[in-house]
Amino acid sequence: MMQRRGFLTAAAGGAMLGLSGCKVLDTAAKPGGAARGILMAANGLTYRTQRLLGGDALAPEFTAADIRQGQKPNGTINPSDTDYQTLASAGFADWRLNVIGAVENPLSLTLGALQAMPARSQITRHDCVEGWSCIAKWTGVPLSQVLDAARPRANARYIVFHCMDTIERSLSGLVKYYESIDLRDAVHPQTILAYGLNDAPLPVANGAPLRLRVERQLGYKMAKYLHTIEVVEGVQAFGDGNGSYWADRGYEWYAGI
Amino acid sequence: MSKGPLIYRQRIWTRVTHWIWAVCLFFLMLTGLQIFNAFPSLHVGQESGFDYDNAILSIGAVQEGESLRGVTRVGGVEFDTTGVLGVSNGEARAFPAWATIPSYTSLATGRLIHFFFAWVLVGTLAVWLVASALNGHLRDLFPTMADVRGLPRDVVDHARLRIHHTRRYSVLQKLAYAGVMFVALPLMIATGLTMSPSFNATAPWLLDAFGGRQTARTIHFIVMWALVGFFVVHMLMILLAGPFNELRSIITGWYRLDKGEE
Repeated sequence: MMQRRGFLTAAAGGAMLGLSGCKVLDTAAKPGGAARGILMAANGLTYRTQRLLGGDALAPEFTAADIRQGQKPNGTINPSDTDYQTLASAGFADWRLNVIGAVENPLSLTLGALQAMPARSQITRHDCVEGWSCIAKWTGVPLSQVLDAARPRANARYIVFHCMDTIERSLSGLVKYYESIDLRDAVHPQTILAYGLNDAPLPVANGAPLRLRVERQLGYKMAKYLHTIEVVEGVQAFGDGNGSYWADRGYEWYAGI
Repeated sequence: MSKGPLIYRQRIWTRVTHWIWAVCLFFLMLTGLQIFNAFPSLHVGQESGFDYDNAILSIGAVQEGESLRGVTRVGGVEFDTTGVLGVSNGEARAFPAWATIPSYTSLATGRLIHFFFAWVLVGTLAVWLVASALNGHLRDLFPTMADVRGLPRDVVDHARLRIHHTRRYSVLQKLAYAGVMFVALPLMIATGLTMSPSFNATAPWLLDAFGGRQTARTIHFIVMWALVGFFVVHMLMILLAGPFNELRSIITGWYRLDKGEE
């Protein structure tokens, strides 16, 4: 009986320790907290494992029968930016995709020019970091085609995607959405700049006129409302230096899981 | 109280790995609830139905006049779960702050901690599997023919709360431990990997095995509760069998047998 009482006392003590432990843990796990660096180390391991196991394998593709609903829009669904609204009201006739940075041949492409390039369609599953999935057919030009035309220099390692939508209005100013992928993902056959969704022009809610598809990663990598693609050696110069709007806010830069 | 002999029952590999994965499962569960909160519904199939219904569980909040009401839908049946699920402390969130790590809402931090402990768990299980294969502990978990014949009696003994302290695990104990080690935890790892778009490209057959990413997510959630169920029974059995002796065996390795046992 004494044993049991002692155990229960210890258990109650442990529970109270646990409750105060929660506060310690909350603080330690925050960005800049004591435990954050150790936790982040696992991200590196996850990244290397995915790259090792993944190789250049293709993401699963589905059939037309698997498309049972429209593509759920998320994040910015109608940019209020004046520049964007002006372009949209003219049917994106004046819109250009600029390819700049570490390239031999900078480009400025109209939507028509992109649509005239060899196209690829793929029915894939879009996975949001929140947990949901949605299957849709995406049509666009493989990013590798555009890069081939721009001819990246030898020092090129990452592709940064600059977007037209303001995702955040903070005290420090307006924050435009941006993303980046490395060259290996950029030349993957399923990495496309999509202008079509489910056999129709890409709607504004899903990123018109052009968005990125990186099928082996989560939805936040697939930047919408693109205006410029910048080929770079490193991503430190953009945003807070983590390579993406959401990576700057604590999410993984490589979003494969 | 009459006492039998004190025996060295749990090797260091068993004890150390046990406590490491106990910590891992604690963090994995509570960060898992944080992750679940970002999209608090479970679906069956490849995708989540927005224009059609393939949900088997959803937790949400509805505004009713001045106040928020927590609503949990299981199958087609709705329950008012205000205060615990859907709405807690006046805030709309699926699982309450006391059940998630971190306690505040942060999907990014929840994922970071979840994947960290997922790695520690997988590493610990690998060490345990190799050590247990080498030192013979694996055999302790597999029921023998004699065990199978004695199963009805073991069920009756447990139902009457007659707990024996023997050198070997009882057959129900073996089935419970083997179920966790060889069914539940491998299922958690496999369904977890099936949710990874990157790993889907590596091993698309996992999607076929589980019937889609959203079904895998649902199974991940259900098996988590099975593990919670195991934990509750595990704690009850420790209390019934004598917590001092049981805890001593998993901390120091030494275990007191019943009188007459050897």
